[in-house]
Amino acid sequence: MNAPATTAAAAKPDALPKVRTDLLPLLLVPALALVALPLVGSFPTWVTLTVAGIAMGLIVFIIASGLTLVFGLMDILNFGHGVFIALGAFLATTVLGGMADWTGSQNIFANLTAIFAAMLVAMAAAGAVGMAFERVIIRPVYGQHLKQILITMGGMIVGEELIKAIWGPQAIPLPLPAGLRGAVLIGDAAIEKYRLVAVVVGLAIFGLIFWVLNRTKAGLLIRAGVQDREMVEALGYRIRRLFVGVFVAGSALAGIGGVLWGLFQQSVIPQIGAQVNILIFIVIIIGGLGSAGGSFVGALLVGLLANYTGFLAPKVALFSNILLMVMVLLWRPQGLYPVAKR
Amino acid sequence: MSGALLALEGVHTHIGAYHILHGVDLEVPRGGLTVLLGRNGAGKTTTLRTIMGLWHASRGRVSFDGADIAALPTPDVARLGIAYVPENMGIFSDLTVEENMALAAREARTAEEIDRARLEWVFGLFPAMKKFWLHPAGLLSGGQKQMLAVARAIVEPRKLLIVDEPTKGLAPAIIQNMMSAFRELKSTDTTILLVEQNFNFARQLGDTVAVMDNGRIVHAGTMAALAEDESLQQRLLGLSLAAHQ
Repeated sequence: MNAPATTAAAAKPDALPKVRTDLLPLLLVPALALVALPLVGSFPTWVTLTVAGIAMGLIVFIIASGLTLVFGLMDILNFGHGVFIALGAFLATTVLGGMADWTGSQNIFANLTAIFAAMLVAMAAAGAVGMAFERVIIRPVYGQHLKQILITMGGMIVGEELIKAIWGPQAIPLPLPAGLRGAVLIGDAAIEKYRLVAVVVGLAIFGLIFWVLNRTKAGLLIRAGVQDREMVEALGYRIRRLFVGVFVAGSALAGIGGVLWGLFQQSVIPQIGAQVNILIFIVIIIGGLGSAGGSFVGALLVGLLANYTGFLAPKVALFSNILLMVMVLLWRPQGLYPVAKR
Repeated sequence: MSGALLALEGVHTHIGAYHILHGVDLEVPRGGLTVLLGRNGAGKTTTLRTIMGLWHASRGRVSFDGADIAALPTPDVARLGIAYVPENMGIFSDLTVEENMALAAREARTAEEIDRARLEWVFGLFPAMKKFWLHPAGLLSGGQKQMLAVARAIVEPRKLLIVDEPTKGLAPAIIQNMMSAFRELKSTDTTILLVEQNFNFARQLGDTVAVMDNGRIVHAGTMAALAEDESLQQRLLGLSLAAHQ
């Protein structure tokens, strides 16, 4: 069946409606920043808060992106994602502790090398643990939401206990490398050096995720699988294999996020994953289940709002993210950019 | 035509507690177009889904090109050379037409790697696909989505094309386009299994026909014989061809 000359009659196709790019959710980010400017009052303080918010948002995005794709692709509710974050954060204490010469140096290049080494180790370990987690914990409960919630939460508790057994139950300090402490002055605005690093790393990882999803066949399969996994299988692709790949990649990203989040907090406790878990679920619900782009916007909104309200009204900051989620869902009940249709 | 490319023998399928197929026997001759007819709920879609491994047969044998495929997972069935267009078309509406086609072309990593001559041939069958190549598939009309679904199924050569109700809800002009496309496909000796409710469409295309009722094949033979026998049509399908012309 090759390509013979056609004799088929051509039906005259109608014109299509214009392609409408939905920019409104994306505009929420600058809109929120602009609204905060007069409220904060001081431009340098606003710049400091904005950069801090973007840094926090990008770290949360790194952690949340894998989880939202896992949900979109296989309809899996993984409440155990936090264990990969905790693993990454604790491995950072070990790796950075073992590279004291590098982290104690004032040389920023040495500091960054140590952080990237910690990220690599966290990525590899979280990815490997993620593969085992998928096989042992997730696979037996495909298609059973209640069991997924119970068993993945159980998996996280077991993971936390294992972390306590290895690193102990107490908080472990995770100081920033010497050269990354303090702030740089841009005009009158003081920007913490580490937050700039987090922004650069976060944007690089966002760029990588965006490239994979939009420019590779694997990304195309992921985007298609989120919409209709049965049809992807009918086209001859093994979606389970793809899912395992996404799960491992998502776990590895959570490990990297754990390193960055641990350094952001400068202290690590075994419950660090459970704490961030809530934030991540808020982000993926705001963004729209299954949407990496939606998670990106949601994470930036969460990061910015947390920093602005932390400065303007610390008591409101305690529930600002929940408030944001409620408002977004009242506006768009499926989230900002929903993909998974279930 | 030489022998059956696809054969179902005594196939039973359960969906949960429901027993849908009750021993389906069906042969799809190589190189021909077989139409599966029957009223709503007769088990036609379940038969196609069972062939594709989307639901597994609880009993019986599904053989394709001589090999038993009843227990194979769906991707393995597809990789044997079976293209499937489901009743809901299975279009990825957030992806562009180009991306939908690139996905269906398993041998190509990107749309640029799709066999150009083959693609031009598909464009010849469905010119709207070329026109809307870079548009999101979700913006296409119902007829254009059906064209995309069929175009996607034939973007690479396959041994068997299975299509579930290609004319459902389509305007007459689009049905004519679809008819021409299937005629073109028939001329390339592609084996086609078509589920269809539109008897007039089926009559003009089909070489062989099987009629289902209550999860069983109740009639199998040539389309010419069924088209000529109004009383048989009346008995099997509860209609007369004249009523559909």
